[in-house]
Amino acid sequence: MTAFWSFITKRRRPARDAHGFAGYVVDAEEWRALATALNGENATLLGLWGDGESIRLAALDAVTNAIAVFSLACPEGRYPSVGRVHAPAQRPERAVRDLTGLVADGAPDSRAWLDHGRWGLRHPLGSARSAAPKAKPYAFLAAEGEGLHEIPVGPVHAGIIEPGHFRFTANGETIVRLEERLGFVHKGTNKLIEGAPLDVAARLAARISGDSSIAYSFAFARAAEAALGIDPPDRAIWLCALMAELERLANHLGDIGAVCNDAAFALMPAHCAVLREQVLRAAAKAFGHRLMFDRIVPGGVATDLSAEGAAAISAMTDHVRKRFPAIVELYDDTPSLQDRTVKTGFLSAELAAAFGAGGFVGRASGRLFDARKALAYAPYDDLAFDVPVRVDGDVNARVWIRIGEVEQSLDLVDRILARLPEGPILCAPTAPYAKAEGLALVEGFRGDVLVWLRIGTDGLVERCHLRDPSWFQWPLLEAVVENNIVADFPLCNKSFNCSYSGHDL
Amino acid sequence: MRKLLFESLFRRPLTESAPAEDQAAIEELTKALANSARRRLGRSLSIREVDAGSCNGCELEIHALNNAYFDIERFGLKFVASPRHADMLLVTGPVTKNMAEALKRTYDATPAPKWVVAVGDCARDGGCFAGSYAVLGGVSAVIPVDLHIPGCPPDPTSLLRGLLALLGETAGDPSRPPHVLKQRPD
Repeated sequence: MTAFWSFITKRRRPARDAHGFAGYVVDAEEWRALATALNGENATLLGLWGDGESIRLAALDAVTNAIAVFSLACPEGRYPSVGRVHAPAQRPERAVRDLTGLVADGAPDSRAWLDHGRWGLRHPLGSARSAAPKAKPYAFLAAEGEGLHEIPVGPVHAGIIEPGHFRFTANGETIVRLEERLGFVHKGTNKLIEGAPLDVAARLAARISGDSSIAYSFAFARAAEAALGIDPPDRAIWLCALMAELERLANHLGDIGAVCNDAAFALMPAHCAVLREQVLRAAAKAFGHRLMFDRIVPGGVATDLSAEGAAAISAMTDHVRKRFPAIVELYDDTPSLQDRTVKTGFLSAELAAAFGAGGFVGRASGRLFDARKALAYAPYDDLAFDVPVRVDGDVNARVWIRIGEVEQSLDLVDRILARLPEGPILCAPTAPYAKAEGLALVEGFRGDVLVWLRIGTDGLVERCHLRDPSWFQWPLLEAVVENNIVADFPLCNKSFNCSYSGHDL
Repeated sequence: MRKLLFESLFRRPLTESAPAEDQAAIEELTKALANSARRRLGRSLSIREVDAGSCNGCELEIHALNNAYFDIERFGLKFVASPRHADMLLVTGPVTKNMAEALKRTYDATPAPKWVVAVGDCARDGGCFAGSYAVLGGVSAVIPVDLHIPGCPPDPTSLLRGLLALLGETAGDPSRPPHVLKQRPD
């Protein structure tokens, strides 16, 4: 079986210093062919980022589940646009331009994305140039017609949530167009990681998106371990998965309630929040931190699990398993709630596949991909579990995928606890280092988190790219709310629950 | 639905007793708050939460204050949707340059007397994001801060301690147990 990029593998040799993926240096013609090939059925764009004077593109072949990163030198600071032929690349291309100055030739959208003109400099990851801070008004796409009006929302939202701006064009109650304006929480994390020692970089990676701290720490650690050729101890690998499943449980439980909260059905969030709290308390007892920040580090884990910690987690899964069915029944048996969620915010299977939408967004619209299953990284290669998938693609489907995953995660947590091997928990990286690149894809609660990094001979992180699943989910939210009523936007939005911080970085 | 509601009537409440007020926070507040302001609000504070650049970790824990275990509304504290309804801004995150104006405008839209509580290590001085080209620093780089609750993120108990200290202070009587509601002075 050959991947969709076989026309490159036939001519090129893979890079030697690439670990966890196949690396190829390509020319402009091959780059264009790649962009076209990304529209094929088996091809998924995983990420696009600038690395010094070259542009990098990570792709997944859906048949072989192989991952490759292609690199094109851009001596004149330009490369052929991928977004021109493959829409999911458009926002990444705009971000690349803001951060590195590399320009996508022929790109359909040349507006800045992360750079709001307030940094005091341009191209912080390229040859940075100072620029007078000057906030320019953002040119929103026009929607014209009789009776249309605009509703601007944000960046400060009404709930206890992250900031971003939504510009609705509506005709009465019906949404004609939604345009997102993001980048408000851009913290320049990539630049902070550049040249940082591994431990500092890992702490930053843990704070890319607070709800996915474990997913990022896990992905960062695996990428670093791949680059450095470290095999973390068995016990650490299983503890990582345990934490990853706890994080998934806590977030899904919170989300199931939060979606219903946006239909003003307060009983669901009240009960779900109690279960979420129990997961966080078990995590605090087991690992000493409710959100388990900094518990996964390159080489293993920082905190061992005691017998009492394991018992606390067991007690929690027993309890959640007992209480959860009544909550699911409540959701299923309340027609007024279903009236809001069924057929609302429909995402077609074609769009989900084209954008490579991860997590519940993709799996509610027929995209089976789950990195735990598809890439079978340890210890998931040794754990049998089902990936729930639906084709109805609405808010209701995204709730049911979460419900299915809560049940799966409860089982996984119990089985991991039962099989947890004894032994050391950390194999810390030590000098000497060889310059190398590593990549890892980890299934977070929201979808697949990609981390690529290059470590220098001094053991410092030279360059890093952390790609949140939200990059390929946010644009789909714009698509699904079309022709829905404004009042259903919160339901659609919450059913996606995209990350702002993870996207803005 | 009836079954769940019925059960809730007979189950013991999950809500836990209030944590002690944070002594350090009380001292910080005594300095910060004027007497006149204390008398106006009684024991009721409306809070507007503003994420000025956080990783979302602090938001998750602030959210938890609303669950049945912490039940923040029993203390007269409630989260409101608009700064115009708020007595207090609860601000998280290192303040990013892209959010600074929005934060300042939210502050300006909040009627006086008002307080600002900065939540989390990043909100003090930028935390691990300090020094970035995209970050201005802590909350006090943009608006005046009355109280800071540390932690990465602070857990709900720490948040509650800090907020109760503020509530005790604004009511002008830190010695009274916070769950006893004081009558609003006219």
